[in-house]
Amino acid sequence: MIGLELPKSALQLKSMLNNVAINLFRPIARKYDEAEHEYPKELDVMRGAMGGLGGRRPPEDSAGKGKDKPESESLGTNMMTIIGTEEMGYGDTGLMLSIPGRGLGNAAIAAVATEEQKQKFGDKWAAMAITEPESGSDSGSITTTAVLDGDEWVLNGEKIFVTCADRCEVVVIWATVDPSAGKAGIKSFIVEKGTPGFKLEKLEYKLGIRASDTGTFVLKDCRIPKENLLGSAEVKKRSTEGFKGVMKTFDNTRPMVAAMSNGVARAALELTREKMEEGGCKLDYHRNINNIGSMEKEYYMLEANLEAMRLLTYKAAWMADNKEFNSLEASMAKAKAGRCGTLITQKCCELLGPLGISQKYLAEKWMRDSKILDIFEGTGQIQHLIIARNVLKLSSKELR
Amino acid sequence: MFGFLMSKEQKMIKEEVGKLVKDIVIEDAHDMDENGEIPIEAIQKAWSLGASVSKVPEEYGGYGMTDSPVETAIILEELAYGDMSFAIAATLPALFIFPLEEMGTEDQKKKYLPLYCKETYTPCTLAINEPHFGFDPVEPKTLAVKKNGSIILNGQKCFVPAAEKASHIMVAASLDGKNELFIVDRNNPGLTVSEREKNIGLYPLETYEITLSDCEIPAEDRLGEGRGCDYDKVLQKTRIAMSAIGTGVSRASYEFAREYAKDRVQFGEPIAHRQTIAFMIAEMAYEVECMRLMTWKAASKLETGHDAKREAYLAKIYAGEMTMKVTDYGVQILGGHGYVREYPVERYYRNGRSISVLEGMAIV
Ligand SMILES: Cc1cc2nc3c(=O)[nH]c(=O)nc-3n(C[C@H](O)[C@H](O)[C@H](O)COP(=O)(O)OP(=O)(O)OC[C@H]3O[C@@H](n4cnc5c(N)ncnc54)[C@H](O)[C@@H]3O)c2cc1C
Repeated sequence: MIGLELPKSALQLKSMLNNVAINLFRPIARKYDEAEHEYPKELDVMRGAMGGLGGRRPPEDSAGKGKDKPESESLGTNMMTIIGTEEMGYGDTGLMLSIPGRGLGNAAIAAVATEEQKQKFGDKWAAMAITEPESGSDSGSITTTAVLDGDEWVLNGEKIFVTCADRCEVVVIWATVDPSAGKAGIKSFIVEKGTPGFKLEKLEYKLGIRASDTGTFVLKDCRIPKENLLGSAEVKKRSTEGFKGVMKTFDNTRPMVAAMSNGVARAALELTREKMEEGGCKLDYHRNINNIGSMEKEYYMLEANLEAMRLLTYKAAWMADNKEFNSLEASMAKAKAGRCGTLITQKCCELLGPLGISQKYLAEKWMRDSKILDIFEGTGQIQHLIIARNVLKLSSKELR
Repeated sequence: MFGFLMSKEQKMIKEEVGKLVKDIVIEDAHDMDENGEIPIEAIQKAWSLGASVSKVPEEYGGYGMTDSPVETAIILEELAYGDMSFAIAATLPALFIFPLEEMGTEDQKKKYLPLYCKETYTPCTLAINEPHFGFDPVEPKTLAVKKNGSIILNGQKCFVPAAEKASHIMVAASLDGKNELFIVDRNNPGLTVSEREKNIGLYPLETYEITLSDCEIPAEDRLGEGRGCDYDKVLQKTRIAMSAIGTGVSRASYEFAREYAKDRVQFGEPIAHRQTIAFMIAEMAYEVECMRLMTWKAASKLETGHDAKREAYLAKIYAGEMTMKVTDYGVQILGGHGYVREYPVERYYRNGRSISVLEGMAIV
């Protein structure tokens, strides 16, 4: 059935989280844009309060056990998450990324952890550390090493740009157990804060999402228990299963980043519209787009783009709920939403004129915030690569 | 119910139309374009699928099925994927039939529907566009005035498909400041049909400029008679249709360029192996998807009985802009080969230009 109107249950969740966005996030959005690195303690009320709704928690694994399959009028977990994420992105992206216990590491743990690991770490706030100084988009080239020594793994290396680095309780660290094996050697490990040899080196100062902390970790002969290797302990020599497994979590998280972008773009458009209407511009979706003022025309095109990015995002999430392979759609959503969200928030600042660059309003902040959504969890270019390889049926050797 | 999945019937009709397009349109589209003509047998074949009359009650010659704008949008995309002129020509009578069926009085339906809901394709048409700078479908300059129990129409229309052959033309005009539709007989002495127009694209589609000078029609030929009609609703339906057609034209360009880029070797490698080309193709892929989803969203809103003014408007302006972008990329990816008429991408580019300019060339 093709029907793109949200059911009641989804609208209820939407309005509940819109309430959080408006009443919890917005009032402190500017405060933590200025107080960079300070933990937004107002978010403590959200710890554990979110249940499965709208948090950064993708479903079990994308191959699926079938229990989240949507029935008739209710939507699946991915769709509900996307809807919630848009609302919170609409509230404030930096704050949304700082909700306790909802780190990217939590997504990885939920996706691949064993029962014991879930018991032990499931409730801990988990960051995810893939990126290294010499390894960004090319995440398969990481050089942090993990060597088994008796009952312990010994980790050495440097991880940068880790979201929630200061606030998290554990970090999922990507490292190679066999540098000669390439991607097949890459595994992920759970490292607890306070482990000797594991040090938070510095926190970054950023363009936007300043409410969210981003830090560097140095691992120096850091010893962790053998059981902290995430997921199955078996190291298959020539298999990239482990790497691909974690990559797969991106099929769930990329639509979430897209949803954040939809939320920020919506916030900017809403303010722009409010000010335009105050100024006497009538927006009624009626007249020939070429006969209206350039400002109205611009506004309509931006809103059309928002509609487009949101529908792509919904589709990617809906496919995941229906256990369809959604790698292509997830990247399409992130490519489109990341790029257009950036453009929309830029353009809104322009349409708002002096109000758009003044810190009296949040538009200038939204422009700074939304830019990250075209960068992390795979830059726009990387998404285009994935899409192009997919539709052209080219390997990563043929299209680099 | 929320979802992106086509129903069984929708899949079936998509396949059926897709097959028809593959068999009788795609191969011939080039010749049709060069000859400026669509063979009537081809149109008749598409007509025989019955999409344009499916929701008309059986007593008037239709199948009495429930109205499905989504299904019509799917059909239009498929047809336009084959050829945009063909999509417009083959579904042309629907532009007359749909408003009549939805907004006409019993008498009007009885009188006109059986003329057009027949086994054989019988042209009738709709006139919305006007040949003046600043044209706006919501502010037609064509005027209707009540006089002695009749209605007098004055104005000019352009891009009226099949105006020469159609026996009735539905004309958009403003009556007492309200936009409405009026049925004009082809033989009305106040109606003049000029020479066939020549346009940037849509060569096979016959279109005409028409002039209404003191064109008198009986009051019964005002659509909906005394109560008039919901012109905005008609506009919504045609806007969704234009975006469905834009999706089809864009998809044609995207798929052609994609396959070409894999075959064409320069500097020792297929050009698709270069990011500059590959990324354009990626963009084409998701923009086609965006256009389609926006079309579906607007159509499904109508289908569930809601007003789709905003969604239809956004879908149309988006498709207008993105069809240009995608079909432009299509030509660029083929380079000089894209510029010559041997390949279809230049045709998609020319045809695509009209998505954002024209209104009311098809309906869902
Ligand atoms: C605020 C913030 C939070 C982050 N959070 C995390 C986190 O929690 N965990 C984590 O592991 N990482 C995190 N990251 C890192 C982020 O994922 C990387 O910055 C991102 O993947 C890009 O890597 P890079 O910065 O090294 O850029 P590079 O990979 O050096 O890319 C530079 C430019 O080259 C382009 N490029 C690269 N390769 C190609 C190619 N093959 N084809 C075409 N273009 C290419 C890129 O698109 C980009 O434009 C975070 C980053 C920031 C800024």
